[in-house]
Amino acid sequence: MRASRRTRNRIAQTTAFWLFRFATYAILAAATYIFLDIGIKGSRTLFTTSAPFINVPFFTQGPQTLFVFDYEGKKYTLSDREFRAWKTEHPADVAVTSVAYSAGGVWPCIVGTALLVIGSMVLALAVGICSAIYLNEYSQNTRSIRLIRIAILNLAGVPSIVFGLFGFGLFVIFFHWNVSLLAGWFTLGLMILPAIITASEESLRAVPNGLREGSLALGATKWQTIRKNVLPYAIPGILTSSILGIGRVAGETAPIMFTAAYAMRDEMPWQVQRWTDFVFQGVMALPYHIYVVSSKIPQNEYTERVQYGAACILLLLVFAIALASIVLRERTRKRLSW
Amino acid sequence: MVVMEKEEIPHPAPPLELQKPPEPEPRPPVMIKVDDVDFCYGTHQVLFDVKLEIPPRAVTAFIGPSGCGKTTLLRCFNRMNDLIDGAHISAGKIELEGHDINAPNVDVVDLRRRVGMVFQKSNPFPKSIYENVAYGLRVLGETKKSRINESVEKSLRAAALWDEVKDRLDSSAYGLSGGQQQRLCIARALAVEPEVVLMDEPCSALDPIATAKVEELIYQLRENFTIVIVTHNMQQAGRCSNYTAFFYLGRLIEFGATSKIFSNPSERKTEDYITGRFG
Repeated sequence: MRASRRTRNRIAQTTAFWLFRFATYAILAAATYIFLDIGIKGSRTLFTTSAPFINVPFFTQGPQTLFVFDYEGKKYTLSDREFRAWKTEHPADVAVTSVAYSAGGVWPCIVGTALLVIGSMVLALAVGICSAIYLNEYSQNTRSIRLIRIAILNLAGVPSIVFGLFGFGLFVIFFHWNVSLLAGWFTLGLMILPAIITASEESLRAVPNGLREGSLALGATKWQTIRKNVLPYAIPGILTSSILGIGRVAGETAPIMFTAAYAMRDEMPWQVQRWTDFVFQGVMALPYHIYVVSSKIPQNEYTERVQYGAACILLLLVFAIALASIVLRERTRKRLSW
Repeated sequence: MVVMEKEEIPHPAPPLELQKPPEPEPRPPVMIKVDDVDFCYGTHQVLFDVKLEIPPRAVTAFIGPSGCGKTTLLRCFNRMNDLIDGAHISAGKIELEGHDINAPNVDVVDLRRRVGMVFQKSNPFPKSIYENVAYGLRVLGETKKSRINESVEKSLRAAALWDEVKDRLDSSAYGLSGGQQQRLCIARALAVEPEVVLMDEPCSALDPIATAKVEELIYQLRENFTIVIVTHNMQQAGRCSNYTAFFYLGRLIEFGATSKIFSNPSERKTEDYITGRFG
């Protein structure tokens, strides 16, 4: 009796173990496949076989239309600019296939994404840290505070397209900001706010209570205590977790598609007439560009280049940000330990 | 009318010598007066009718089994309990030099400067040794470098730590040993020149040698400060305190000179606890 139960237990144990192991490896396999696919196909765009081995135009030019045609038995694939130059030399009529956005590069998208990330993170961090300090340090555990916490948790679960529509209604239409950086900043900032507040509260809570009590017992006010003895030790944690938020802001398409992103814009963001126009201009953005080139234009063998190239750059960007957060965390962990 | 009353007054008065009350003993001056205090965490009452008077420039020890309210009472003296949701004094009052510390016009920040505290778990700030001691002065608005330097040295000397750390004032306080950290916390509390220093089991995490050093320090400090110390260690209370209060289940059982409490307690419970029959 006892022996059979032992056998049964052992079988259950082994089954569970293999189930968990399989689940883990399945995730690993899927992730590897996705990263390899994008990495390999993307690097065909990002790198070249001859010096300088990096596809410089892809990083420095805006998107252009690709022109494909046969001329005197030779196949040409030229970008907009190249085609016009070619046209002046060869005034002949040729049958041309044009493919939108598939030549040139994604430089304006990189710039636009960077601008969107910086602005929205500044907004979200400012508001998020302040409200986290209020919630964690000042507020008592009353019914209304509990309600606010639940609201924040719910806000974190709202789909990003809803934030996009909300931003469109409030900022773009009601405030007359039109499709602009400002509207994008506020929409993305609102979207990431719950994550920032939660992360900041977590970091504040991780500061030992002894430091607060020790400071208060010396006759420091609550604000002095927070400013000198709580925030300095919580800030690294707040920033580290916020960097992961940057990855999300950089990759979201839905919140910016109605509020901040242009499918195509020839001017760079700094080419504005007055500096006050800077925040009221729409920009191109990497995730929206990927969306446009993979679903808004007719697909053929020439469109893959820019799709995978842009996706690969976005992936690298998010990787770099995540790596920075890990490095930062390790550094601060060494410096601050209690 | 006046005349009528005068006529009614005469009645045999007892001899003067008998009427004279016995010569009152000179009442010791009082630093902290606890007047019939009840204390609650929410609806859970933890202190009942506590009444005692803590004399100045002496060490008063609170002893008693865990959960008897010693630490709660100690934290009332600098209103650290304000930080706990729902904790409040439900009856009675606490006076510091004759002034109610819970009166609405009392600035709690000022109170905490006058009544310093050393915690059970030493809690140096993750700053340099120097900055730890200077912290209290800085939050008070002292900016003069020379004044801060002077005070840091004075406080570290008073905490018997100066000779051990004078060469590494700028290194992290976390590099100190446990006993040194606790003495640093004492130095930090002394730097703002409080009148009362509360100590909540300051030696509970220290080894015997570090404990001996801290006890010696406490014994010296009573010349300039009023010290209230919570301890679980009977010998410690006996060694370094002048007065002892014994608490049991939220009530003050006995309060008196340490020598009397330990040699000739008037309450049975005190004797049982001190001799180790319970608790």
